[in-house]
Parts: sequence; structure tokens; C-alpha cells
Amino acid sequence: MSVEFDRKIHDTLADANLQLAIYTATGRLKEKRIEVTADNVLPDYQELRTQAHALKQHAIDNLDHYLEEFERNVEAYGGKVVYCKDATEVSDFVLDLAKRRGSKLIVKSKSMTTEEVDLNERLEHHGLESVETDLGEYILQLAHEKPYHIVAPALHKTRYDVADIFTKELHVARETVPEKLTLIARGVLREKFLKADIGISGANFLIADSGAVALIENEGNARLTTSAPKIHIAVAGIEKVIPRARDLAVFLKLLARSATGQLLSVYTSFLAGPRRVGEVDGPEEFYVVLLDNGRTKLLPDRSKRESLYCIRCGACLNACPVYRKIGGHSFPWVYSGPIGAIITPQFMGVSHEPALPFASSLCGACGEVCPVKIDIPKVLLELRSDVKKSEAREGQNRIEKLAFRIFAWVMTHPRVYELAGRMAASMAPAGDGKWIGSVPAPLSVGPLKAWLSERDLPPSPSKSFREMWRNR
Amino acid sequence: MSRDNILHKVRTALGRSAGQAVADVPPVRLRVPEAAMEDRIALMRSRVEALAGKAVRVPTMDAACEFVAAAIAGKTAVASNAPYLEECGIARLPGVRTGIREVGELTAVCAQVDIGITSADYALSDTGTLVMIAGPAESRLVSLLPPAHIAVVPRERILTGLDELFTILPNPAAQTSSMVLITGPSRTADIEQILVRGVHGPGQVTVVIVG
Repeated sequence: MSVEFDRKIHDTLADANLQLAIYTATGRLKEKRIEVTADNVLPDYQELRTQAHALKQHAIDNLDHYLEEFERNVEAYGGKVVYCKDATEVSDFVLDLAKRRGSKLIVKSKSMTTEEVDLNERLEHHGLESVETDLGEYILQLAHEKPYHIVAPALHKTRYDVADIFTKELHVARETVPEKLTLIARGVLREKFLKADIGISGANFLIADSGAVALIENEGNARLTTSAPKIHIAVAGIEKVIPRARDLAVFLKLLARSATGQLLSVYTSFLAGPRRVGEVDGPEEFYVVLLDNGRTKLLPDRSKRESLYCIRCGACLNACPVYRKIGGHSFPWVYSGPIGAIITPQFMGVSHEPALPFASSLCGACGEVCPVKIDIPKVLLELRSDVKKSEAREGQNRIEKLAFRIFAWVMTHPRVYELAGRMAASMAPAGDGKWIGSVPAPLSVGPLKAWLSERDLPPSPSKSFREMWRNR
Repeated sequence: MSRDNILHKVRTALGRSAGQAVADVPPVRLRVPEAAMEDRIALMRSRVEALAGKAVRVPTMDAACEFVAAAIAGKTAVASNAPYLEECGIARLPGVRTGIREVGELTAVCAQVDIGITSADYALSDTGTLVMIAGPAESRLVSLLPPAHIAVVPRERILTGLDELFTILPNPAAQTSSMVLITGPSRTADIEQILVRGVHGPGQVTVVIVG
């Protein structure tokens, strides 16, 4: 485990306010999801999950076909598709376009994909103003922080934190009522929307047969981002493509329910190309940036490929007992929770944070709530195996390997096993059902000490099962 | 740029060749339940109200016009170019700007007025949703920039839900560059999970069902 991962986890666990905030927010989202997916509310919920999984599987298994179909249709409606392999290519494309059009101000709606490539920082580094417009994302941009949660990015901030941030960054009178804070943001951002030259959005779905992007949101900032400025750029990972418009009937019923417990989010925008003849408003130029950034690395392995089915609803975060304790910022990259634990090692390489696939109790809650039925626990196990293999290649886990070899030898030799059992029993205090509490000195050495520091052992029984069996 | 390289990587990883055919897309069963018009209207109204929107039912187009006139009394409004609003007489109400076909003017007016009035191409009763298709009749900004939105919808446009929408409209892109589903007032819960309405879009949504 990296020092940083360890430190962030301990800091989060020690912060009582943060613990309460995470617990309350995820708990509420979790309850609401359960209400709207219940049998009497949505009887075909399980069937929808199966369909969603099948559609995603089909789309990813034939990804090149659907990307090309999507591209043809975007172009047929007068838009343009730009493939980018990494962060630099995305920012280069936006910077070049902004330069050619003389654009200075960019409004952005929430997009995890642009977080992934640090787009704001890159654009601002080159003198452009790039403003997040989702309330939570705007708060975090002003605070120079990354999202804490996929759908509730600022869940770790209290109203007082937001008041401090707004007073400091926007030089407004201090307000602590959420309605008033929201109004302040609305006022500032409304100006930006009306002046902006370019709007950058993400995309929840890319629809191959329509050349369209679908955007799902509650605030209206994504609608404004894609309607008011003359140029709309949607940035999406290549895995977001689905075959047909009608497939949305399946995904829309699952996404909002899983994310926020709504039947539908307030706004679902289906956008195909720039403004057409006869339409009164809408952008004059429409671009879709298709980002690889490591996604193609996940394709060769059939079961790990499933990680690309994710529709970013965040349900697995809310269900995860580990996320609910260690929070979003402990995770080493922008994606947190169970989905972050399987995506990050695959995008960045398993040695980026080798402890990540192990930061799970494998309770299976994530897989159970996943609306597209990604078998997250199974992928976690495979990644654990990858971590161990890579450590072995680098000769890192010799002691562990030796320990397991000894363990295997003991377990396959009954006499040795019995002897070892008797030795252990003589060292450990006997008790009647109580746990040991602290490990006796002889065992508390080297790597065993670290392993036992957060674990307990049951007391050793006065007679082993073998002895009892012999004496019966 | 990276187009060919990325597509090549995808194909290699999947073991596919360029232009290789694909199996049929898994079937999606769209279910359109039988629902009497009165039931649709009742469900539509209760869903909109549950979202803190307002839903009213009026018997005639004249009554719709009267309702809207009362709602905008003393306030400023912009109406979309929907023929239905014209037929109801709403477009001719005093204080209502309409017939705008230039984007700069539309933006300026929408950013200024108190109320945006539209019709809707469809409504979805099981979620309380308005379906807005951009074209000569409806724009994007009228239902978005003003702090209040009134949608006047003849009852025969009320569908059961998403499945019916995609059954009668399997290819929305053929008709429009923008189809938006609106389900209740704009909202956020980004500060301490406290619900606040009217963040960027309208905080008040009123659905007037005619007939």
C-alpha cells in the first residue's frame, strides 16, 4: 500500500464530520434507489438489467463497428467526430479550435471523462477560462478539488464550507442557506452561459444509429452548455456507444433510478448535430471527441472488458461498506468506489496503487446493485491475481510467497499440521470464547506483526478436534 | 489524428477485422400498456405534482388561454412558435413576445422575461415528462432560460411512457437536432443533499392539459 493511500484512509476515518457526511449522503441515495427499483414499482427491473447488460456486451464486443456507424451518422447531420488517444490530444483539439474561432470563454457541464484528462487545468494553463457549471462541480473548481463521488461531487462539503469558498472566491456577502448559495451560483453562471463561445459537455450515451449524444442531468446546466454557445463539444469515452435510439428506453429507466432514485432525471437531452435549417436556436458547430486514454487496454480480456459497461450511476459507491468509510478522495484517481477500484488499475496499470483491488471486503453489494450487471467482485479478484503476478515478476513478495509455501506444506502433511497446532496452542492463551485481543509476543514479529496489527484471533481450545475425535 | 490507430487497436483486441459484420442487436421489448386517456391524464397530473410541478386540466383551448392569461398577469412572457399556442390565442395575449426566429433576439428575450410558454410534442404520463422537439415550432431556450415554464398540451399527446415514445419515434435524429425530456423543475441537491429548485433551468413548471 502506498503511503499516500494509507494516510488518506486514516485521515478520513479520523474525521468525524466527514464520516457523518459520507454516511448520510450515501445512505440516502441507497435508500432511494431501493424504493424505486422495488418489485411493486418496477416489476421488470431484473429483466431491464439483463437487457442492459446484453446491449452493452453487444456494443463493446463490436465496438469498432458501432464507432464507425456513430461517426458516419454524426457527419451525416453535419457534426464532426475527433478521436483522441490521450489527455494531450483532447486539450490540443480544444485549444486549436478555440484559437481558430477566437474563443476565450468555455462553459462546461459535468463530465467524469474530462476530469480524467484534467481538461480545465490544461485549458486554463493556455489562457482560456473554462468554467464548471454543475453546482457541485463549480464549488469544487473554486476549491481546487476533484469530485468526491461520481454523482454527488461535493458531498463532503457542508453549507459552511461552500459559504467560505464563495465569499473568498466570488467576493460576495456570506450566505449559509443552500437556496441562497444556489442563487449566487445561478447568477454568476448565467452570465457565463450567455457570454461563452464554446460549451463542453460529457455524454452519457453515444447513439450509433442516430449520431446523437444523450445527456442526463437535473440542473439544466448541460442544456445551457449545449444550447447557448455557438460551438458544442461533447467529450466521451469510446465505450459509451450503444446501438440504437430505442435502447435508451432500457438505459433511461435504470440510470436515474440507480443514481439518485428518480424515475427520470429532470432533463434528458438527445442531441444530433448542430442546429438545422428551420430550427431557431442551438449551436452552429457540433463535435464529439472520442477518447481512448487506456480503454482499449481493457478489451482483450473477456471478463475484464465488462468494466467498460459502466454507465457511471454511482450505485456501487453508495452500496460499498469500504467507500462509505474511506470516502472518495482516498482513491488514487478520479473514479472512486468499487468501479474506481476496477477501472483505475486497468487504465493506469496495477502497480499504480497495488493495494486498490484489495480495498474491498468482497461482500458483493456492488455487483448486486449494478444496473448493467458488471461482476465487480470477480474483476477485483482477477486484478488481485494480476497484482500478485506483477509483484512476483518484480521479486517483491518473496516473504509472502515463502510463507504460503510453508503453509501449503503444513496443510498437506497431517502430522506436521498437528504438531504445529499444538505449538501454536501452547503459545496462545487459552480462553472460553473470548478473543485474544493482543497477539502474544513470539508471533508479533516482522511482516506477521503488520498483518496481525488489525486482526484478532480466537483463543486456542484446550483440545484440538483431532484429539477429541481420537478420544470419543 | 488517432482515428485509425484507435480503431486498429480496438479491432486487434477484439479479434475483429475492418468491416466485419455483426450479429443482430439483442432485442429490446418495448411495452405499450393499454391505458385509458382518463388514467393517463390522472397519472400525468399526479407525477407532475409529486415533482413539485403544477398540473392543471382545462376543458377547452379558450380555457387554456384564460388560465395562461391569469398566470402571466402583470408579468412578462415569451411564447414559442408552436401553432397550438397560436390556435389557443395564447400567442396574442398582451405582454407575450412570440414569433421570434433569430437566435440572438430569442436569447436576449428569454434571458429577460419571467415566463416561457411552450406546447410539447408529447407527454409521458408514467414519469410526468414533457417531450420537446426543437424545430420551427419549439426552440431550446424558451423552456430553459426563464425562471418559470408553462407547457400547454392537448390531451391526445399524452403517451404512456418511454416505451411508447420510442415505438412511435424510433429515430428522433431524423426529425430534429434536439429532443429534450423535461421531468419536473430544475433541481439540485449538491449542498448537503438539500433539495433546491430552479438552479439553471426553470424552478416552476406548470403543465396545462387541454381537453
